[in-house]
Amino acid sequence: MTKVSMTVNGKTVSGEVEGRTLLVNFLRDDLHLTGTHVGCDTSQCGACVVHVNGEAVKACTMFAAEADGAEVATIEGMANSDGSLNTIQQAFQDYHGLQCGFCTPGMVMSAAALLKENPKPSEAEVRDYLEGNICRCTGYHNIVRAIMAASGQDVPAVAAE
Amino acid sequence: MKAADFAYEKPGNLADALALLADPDRDASPLAGGQSLVPMMNFRMAMPDLLVDLGALDELRGIAPGAAGGLTIGAMTRYADLEASELVATHAPLIAMALPHIAHAAIRYRGTIGGSVALADPAAEMPALMLAMDAEIEAQSSQGSRRIRAAEFFTGIYDTALAPGELVTAIHITAAPEGRRFAFYELARRHGDYAMAGVAVAATGTNRADPRIAFFSVSDRPVRAIRAEAALQAGDAEDAMAALDEIDFAGDLNADARTKRHLAGVVLKRALGRL
Repeated sequence: MTKVSMTVNGKTVSGEVEGRTLLVNFLRDDLHLTGTHVGCDTSQCGACVVHVNGEAVKACTMFAAEADGAEVATIEGMANSDGSLNTIQQAFQDYHGLQCGFCTPGMVMSAAALLKENPKPSEAEVRDYLEGNICRCTGYHNIVRAIMAASGQDVPAVAAE
Repeated sequence: MKAADFAYEKPGNLADALALLADPDRDASPLAGGQSLVPMMNFRMAMPDLLVDLGALDELRGIAPGAAGGLTIGAMTRYADLEASELVATHAPLIAMALPHIAHAAIRYRGTIGGSVALADPAAEMPALMLAMDAEIEAQSSQGSRRIRAAEFFTGIYDTALAPGELVTAIHITAAPEGRRFAFYELARRHGDYAMAGVAVAATGTNRADPRIAFFSVSDRPVRAIRAEAALQAGDAEDAMAALDEIDFAGDLNADARTKRHLAGVVLKRALGRL
């Protein structure tokens, strides 16, 4: 067993993990932060995206021990301090950027990482950045619109296809 | 958790890492960014007894101008760092061209150049870029260090010239001569997926002198097309396309060997159009 200690959503946490414990399992099973989802387990789908030291990573493709000492942020830490939805989350609601919701935590975490890096992305840049996040419900248009709205920009009309 | 059980060590310096990797009684594997190795371990395609996490070895990170021009890139330098580097854009433009095609942003924050080179996945971009740039791969073990030319490094599917206990510590990219041009092209089912076929090309001047043509995802390793290079040197791009039969094409889940042969011609033609 390996002792790990990290900051998760601003709180210091520690635990004993096996070397093979994935970061996503540590978050979900040990810390009971089940907002981070496990979709494909092979880094294709993006449902498990969290931030490690401010950068979006796939928590199913990183061992918990690798995050020792890191600052981790998950969907549970995204809401405003009064419990209201933050700008990105609110935009997903306003623009109907989710249906079943399974991919949504990863989408929101990827969107937050994108907007931190690039506060006013073009629609093409949003679509490019989200290529590691799969949604099987929405067809993506409303997710892209939500992220454009969250960045304070004009929201593109749904593409006529 | 899905990986087979293993012991985990995170050494604080290179000497300790090399000592752990040198243990002949353990099947030790280094862990760089883990973006290929962790899924392989989850599928139990890789089952090391000992995982040596290189994450604390800051000495293996960084991009610096090389002694004789060119660049030296630490093995643990991440794709995201390469993407942000002016030095890479200037001195290793092939890397800058290829990066947007390598997986997705969340993977490029973890994946490293040394990890990709050492894993030697025949479908990965980075090994073929090493061939096209005539890069040298620096390997260290507890016995010392040596440099291996890319042309001698990739020996088969996931197989390299690394000896047991040797670790890739740096990539050395030689200075490109004046007028050197580069082009990169790959075909993938979806952007960011492994390519069905891809090619990196380098040549000097408008007459395309001293060309290098290196394919990935067409065979059991990244391959240079030596006869196609000779045809291009002689000024005949059509002959270069025809000469690709020299490659030992191998099929994969995406396409059979005949399709790979066809796609190699397609990607080469498109790359030459950009050169």
